[in-house]
Amino acid sequence: MNLTLHVWRQKGPQDKGKLETYPANNISSDQSFLEMLDDVNEELIKKGQDPIAFDHDCREGICGMCSQVINGRPHGHEERTTVCQLHMRQFDDGDEIFIEPWRAKAFPVQKDLIVDRSALDAIMQSGGYSSCHTGGVADGNAILIGKPVADYAMDAAECIGCGACIAACPNSSAMLFTSAKVAQLAALPQGEPEAKKRVKAMTQAILDEGFGNCTNHYECEAACPKGISVKFIAKLNREYLKSLVPTSTES
Amino acid sequence: MILDGKAPTGDIQTSWDRARFDMKLVNPSNKRKYKVIMVGSGLAGGAGAASLGELGYHVDCFCYQDSPRRAHSIAAQGGINAAKSYPNDGDSIYRLFYDTVKGGDFRAREADVWRLAQVSNNIIDQCVAQGVPFARDYAGYLDNRSFGGAQVSRTFYARGQTGQQLLLGAYSALSRQIKNKTVTMYNRREMLDLVVVDGVAKGITVRNLMTGEIESHWADAVVLATGGFVNVFYLSTNAMGCSATAIWKASRKGAYMANPCYTQIHPTCIPQHGDKQSKLTLMSESLRNDGRVWVPKKAEDCDKYPGDIAPEDRDYYLERKYPSFGNLAPRDIASRAAKEQCDDGRGVGETKRGVFLDFQTSIDRVGQPMIKERYGNLFEMYEKITDEDGYERPMRIYPAPHYSMGGLWVDYQCMSNIPGLFVLGEANFSVHGANRLGASALMQGLADGYFVIPYTIAPYLASLTPGEVKEDHPEFKKSVEDVKGNIDKMLSIKGKKTVSELHRELGSVMWEDVGMARSDASLKNALQRIPEIRDEFWNNVNVTGGPGELNQQLENAGRLADFLEFAEVMATDALHREESCGGHFRTEHQTDDGEAMRDDENFCYTAAWEFKGAGKAPELHKEPLKFENVKLAVRSYK
Repeated sequence: MNLTLHVWRQKGPQDKGKLETYPANNISSDQSFLEMLDDVNEELIKKGQDPIAFDHDCREGICGMCSQVINGRPHGHEERTTVCQLHMRQFDDGDEIFIEPWRAKAFPVQKDLIVDRSALDAIMQSGGYSSCHTGGVADGNAILIGKPVADYAMDAAECIGCGACIAACPNSSAMLFTSAKVAQLAALPQGEPEAKKRVKAMTQAILDEGFGNCTNHYECEAACPKGISVKFIAKLNREYLKSLVPTSTES
Repeated sequence: MILDGKAPTGDIQTSWDRARFDMKLVNPSNKRKYKVIMVGSGLAGGAGAASLGELGYHVDCFCYQDSPRRAHSIAAQGGINAAKSYPNDGDSIYRLFYDTVKGGDFRAREADVWRLAQVSNNIIDQCVAQGVPFARDYAGYLDNRSFGGAQVSRTFYARGQTGQQLLLGAYSALSRQIKNKTVTMYNRREMLDLVVVDGVAKGITVRNLMTGEIESHWADAVVLATGGFVNVFYLSTNAMGCSATAIWKASRKGAYMANPCYTQIHPTCIPQHGDKQSKLTLMSESLRNDGRVWVPKKAEDCDKYPGDIAPEDRDYYLERKYPSFGNLAPRDIASRAAKEQCDDGRGVGETKRGVFLDFQTSIDRVGQPMIKERYGNLFEMYEKITDEDGYERPMRIYPAPHYSMGGLWVDYQCMSNIPGLFVLGEANFSVHGANRLGASALMQGLADGYFVIPYTIAPYLASLTPGEVKEDHPEFKKSVEDVKGNIDKMLSIKGKKTVSELHRELGSVMWEDVGMARSDASLKNALQRIPEIRDEFWNNVNVTGGPGELNQQLENAGRLADFLEFAEVMATDALHREESCGGHFRTEHQTDDGEAMRDDENFCYTAAWEFKGAGKAPELHKEPLKFENVKLAVRSYK
């Protein structure tokens, strides 16, 4: 099939970007979206032009590196799919495709389709862990965790940290990303002792990093390649409320 | 030269405990004076950086991705082994040790494997404490599944995303240390040189991938945890950025490359389609718990709809050839068997390079919902890539390059022959011998990172004065100049071929001639072709853009340049090893029924190669292997 691409090109973080148009010809329906871009880049290199810079790595939908807004939707229109797992059979001959980077204040564009997502690492560093030491922990079966709880934690833990939820949100809110980690650890007995401290620190980090607030649009869940549910945002809100109520053991 | 791995001798069961006791310690208040560089942030690197930081050392950790959470460990699916014996099915540390030595076809160092088996149980406990949501049963206990090469259920898993969950556990621990300022994280940096001062590793030279700036970083010890090299085949299951660059740069500075011919070709990958593919996708070997592998008995049935082929016309060749292990035969054996069937003209799919993986028997036994519960995400992934429904019709699979057992030579302390250079995880050669068993890579990465390097680095650090050499040393300046010179050279060629075209050419030579089956003739052909492609690279490659900017073509070109030197050592090693063992199969050395034939009399050693310059023959050093606990025997899974 033959396609027309409109791709965001931007030389560097300080430069003004714009959409450029490129043809993508002789594309096979078995190719992935990124393999289609590889083809376009090979053509550009042959013509002596600068190829399109985009983030990608594992190309099997798990590393969370790929990040493109395709026709206005993060990771494209196919549900629960990263760009690297989006295949060209989802498109038709003659289609026009618009490709842009994640758009959010906290994700400054570095070049073309590549943005800086270190704000997500900063949120994790503020408290996205259980503070256990290496070694000296109890046997894995010492604390039983029923299957429904383990499954709930796993549902939340599937987040790949790509940032599509933020790119999809009209407020550029990092609530779904943060809530997935808060919910996973709050649900498990290993994370529970630090739950209050964690939710306060992580919600503060959201603000410090320049993300917006959540106003329940649920665009995040629709865009999430792993289908992380907004129920975890509700869990985060409950955990946050709980953290405001002092218990008898706290001074 | 005969190499000494300095492994403890005597009773294997107490070897690690005795070695640990004999190691010098660094006083807690002195630890903060030492700086350690960790290159890589996967299971080994992430876990190692976090654990060393927690102990009090100052750690500088580097990764090429935009976040340490993206290291390729994240893509491991099936699980992680441990000798917990929770299912009461006869497992023990000794059995895990035994299975790993045997699975590796008797080409690993016994004491290293024992240590791995011993700490395997600590890993599970550690991950549970971090909040890794392993699969559990309704009573709340940890669940297990089986993997190839074992007759017990010892694999712990988190749906089909075990690697992701373990890596996120290590990343959490790392994040905590970054916040505590014991670890400084350098994202989007690629190591382009090892700085060696008076024969001792003292730092690295890296390129900032966002700005193109070349930076020097000093340390009292350098630890490489940079993964494997199977992207030398171009198409593999590795991430696009995986490369041999870090270990190859170290090799150019004198570190020995051990057993590079031991590469793992994983049996359950989605077959290649077309010629524009950029990578191959693996589906967890755990699928072989419930999937039966078969091809049609008759070549004329190969184009039929699989459901129309009568049961008696199907050849369940793994069950036929290896009745006691059946579909769970080890990876090297399962891969070669698939190749044999396809070579025999009974392959399926468009390219005829594929075999069926059929879940019908299991669906009939336990129902589709149970199969979906176990492998749902793998079926989804399969459908996205192939447009076929794995519940409706058998999946098609074919072997693909997946893992490298070989890597930099290290002693029992995980230190290479260059003092101060340590190597962890897939980047070293130590525990998997000639073949790695499923669910053992995650085990090794985390073992090295959490429970080995925190102990074994101490005696080295205790022997030196911290901070003796810093970035102002002339060797750092020289290294920066060399790196810049190399980059300018690549950018100035302005030839006609793209980096990916040349990488494909190298990959096709490596796959055809140094792939699943190797012969004297094929290897000699590869040794002729590799230098030709290398010459073409240095005379006719077109790398666009400049040095001082984000330039992905330049990154790829540098990685390919290193593969083009590394590949020659890999083929040399394969040519010299006149035997078949594990992932290394020489067609001249096989039994009458096509099984690998080892030559313990002449090849029971680790081959460690010293780089002598591009295009020059590397020098071979040997570390003899002794098997005092697991008796050398023909590996049989029949």
